[in-house]
Amino acid sequence: VSSTVAGYDAERVDLTLSPAEEAFRDEFRAWLEANNPGREPAGDEEGFEFRRAWQRKLHEAGWAGVSWPREYGGRGATLVEQAIFNEEIARVRAPQLANGLGLAMGGPTVIAHGTDEQKQRYLEPILSAEEIWCQGFSEPESGSDLASLKTRAVRDGDDWVVTGQKVWTTFAHHAKWCMLVARTNPDAPKHKGLTYFLMDMEQDAVQVRPLRQITGEAEFNELFIEGARIPDENIVGGEGNGWAVAITTLMHERATLAFSLQVGVQIAMTELLDRARSTRGRNGEAASADPVIRQRLAQLLIEAEVLRLNAYRGLSATMRNGVPGPEGSLGKWHWSEINQALTELAIDMAGPHAMLDEDEWTYRFLRARANSIEGGTSEILKNIVAERVLGLPRMR
Amino acid sequence: MNFEFTDDQRAIKRTANEFLAARYKLETVRELASDDRGFTDAQWRELAELGWPGVIVPEADGGLGLGAVELVVIQEEMGYALAPSPFFSSACAALLLVAAGTDEQRSRWLPGLSDGSVRGTVAVWDTAAGWAPDHSEAEPSPDGTLSTVKIGVADAASADVLIVAGADGRHYLVELSRPGVSISAQKSLDPTRKLYEVSLDGAPAEPLATEGERLAHAYATIITALAAENVGVAQRAMEMAVAYAGDRKQFDRPIGSFQAVAHRCAQMLLEVEGARSLAYWAAWALDHEPSTALRAASMAKAYGSDAGFRVCGSAIQVHGGIGFTWEHDLHFFFKRAKANAHAFGDARWHRDRVADLAGV
Repeated sequence: VSSTVAGYDAERVDLTLSPAEEAFRDEFRAWLEANNPGREPAGDEEGFEFRRAWQRKLHEAGWAGVSWPREYGGRGATLVEQAIFNEEIARVRAPQLANGLGLAMGGPTVIAHGTDEQKQRYLEPILSAEEIWCQGFSEPESGSDLASLKTRAVRDGDDWVVTGQKVWTTFAHHAKWCMLVARTNPDAPKHKGLTYFLMDMEQDAVQVRPLRQITGEAEFNELFIEGARIPDENIVGGEGNGWAVAITTLMHERATLAFSLQVGVQIAMTELLDRARSTRGRNGEAASADPVIRQRLAQLLIEAEVLRLNAYRGLSATMRNGVPGPEGSLGKWHWSEINQALTELAIDMAGPHAMLDEDEWTYRFLRARANSIEGGTSEILKNIVAERVLGLPRMR
Repeated sequence: MNFEFTDDQRAIKRTANEFLAARYKLETVRELASDDRGFTDAQWRELAELGWPGVIVPEADGGLGLGAVELVVIQEEMGYALAPSPFFSSACAALLLVAAGTDEQRSRWLPGLSDGSVRGTVAVWDTAAGWAPDHSEAEPSPDGTLSTVKIGVADAASADVLIVAGADGRHYLVELSRPGVSISAQKSLDPTRKLYEVSLDGAPAEPLATEGERLAHAYATIITALAAENVGVAQRAMEMAVAYAGDRKQFDRPIGSFQAVAHRCAQMLLEVEGARSLAYWAAWALDHEPSTALRAASMAKAYGSDAGFRVCGSAIQVHGGIGFTWEHDLHFFFKRAKANAHAFGDARWHRDRVADLAGV
């Protein structure tokens, strides 16, 4: 027993970057410094074209699809390198990429389940942002219970004819392709009768209507699909396998999501500390002098650190074991709580200014309410933690 | 970048876990809880044979010369087993001596503290001062003796040497066998860690060297170890709650299939893993990145204090009535977690430090 304690190398838990990781960071940082296009112009069209041009520039330099294998035009980056990439993008507040969903979800799904023809056809235009992708999963009556979805696809010769409604579809009005999950066999059990299609958005049978949120913005859309046609060759992963393919998409969404989310929180936290120093408290002193505000700020600093560390632990565990550890399933849920508390504190520290809509914090405060709903509600995520991580009996 | 323990560190963790599980079954913990001294000579000897008392003492001073990461690994398992032991109090004394002992004090005490032939402890809170862990009014008399009353001194009755925190961050070494020292047991919230009032009345006291930064680092190590202990305590309470929730049936189904119970358990995991990440990070920073160590340690202590209490409290709730009985073991975990939360600065005090260090 004691020989195990005495005879080992104590130098190995290491939260610093390896020389290779540092080289990756330095290379990308230098590229970003030379190429960052700055702030996005106002207006939906102008803004989107700006993002499209930005992604094209990244792609030309080989920085789009960093996580994708090299054979499909990606960079084959390790998870840590992907994390570094996201961190650097966030650090300089570079604009978003136009085709975020295609890069994070669509491409990896085609790579995992697509035919050679599909890989040939779809991957390059995703990387170059020539074709934008959107996601058609949720429906008005199928949110958390995704497998209960009702959008129908019926075979008609070599085509499928689709009728139904999708909701919370980001970028639908810019998208060329929709990752659509539809019911192809209404008689099969609900998880088995689904098929995953790539639907061309450029047809009259697909109508896109903006969905106005509590912020007043229309970031999402509703899709009304009345007899849209999809050729058989646009099925991904085979007829009836839609659930398994959709799960791949969602897993790709969650894999490095925790890391991107924590980077966002670090930046927001810095902004919140600045605000606490510059906002006047009840007697005119800095808001941060209030002991209760200080306690809440410190708690958020700690929670943000937990989010960052859990993301690191998740990466390390995934690299070592191929699967994330228990902390991996906690990130999105934890992030939503932190971001809600953070934006609430920004409002709370401002006294009567909380009643006014004067700056971006009001928008962020309102937008944060969606954090615990979008991409899996906190209730569903807790169910997953309870059942799959803790091994508790299935809920009914 | 790697935030995983090495195979060797895993081996220490597994060995500690297995050793403590074999030696400190919950019946044993319960017996020691009602024992005055709280441990046996044989139990101490076994720990000493493993080299644990000197885990963080440099090899030149007779220890194993390992780092804060190794201390944290052991301390987490001590918490998981809820092992009553003077290990932690003695390690605290050794840490402060390593940080600020004079050459003479080091050579006199550290070899014995490392091989377990002597034990030490630390006296922080004096009855004349506030409760902040860095606040003391104790000043030596012109003749070099010390008079003060300290409370909550762990394992004082079985220790040989006491490190006393005094005014202005100065520290003193007092041999407990010398005249002017009287020790009386205090009734404590947590019966698995014995606390004493130590009255010094003209007790001979040798000052430690004044090494502010090194002492701050030693205290950061102490609170990180305590935070890790609470990770172990909370982990065990969570496991007990999850096992019970899977087992116990009401309305013809396991109570863990009710979301109200299942979500409570998920919340426990969130807090246990968060506390664990912070404790491991702080330990790493203590060994490798001193510039972030104080912030990391205070974060770990603040979060671990709250998480330990909340997870154990929540585990009692999951158990329902049986969890509130003396006969069930959970209350020992709950009490340890809460007592740890208030030792060496509570969550509020450490959050305040986090805010200070962040410049707000």
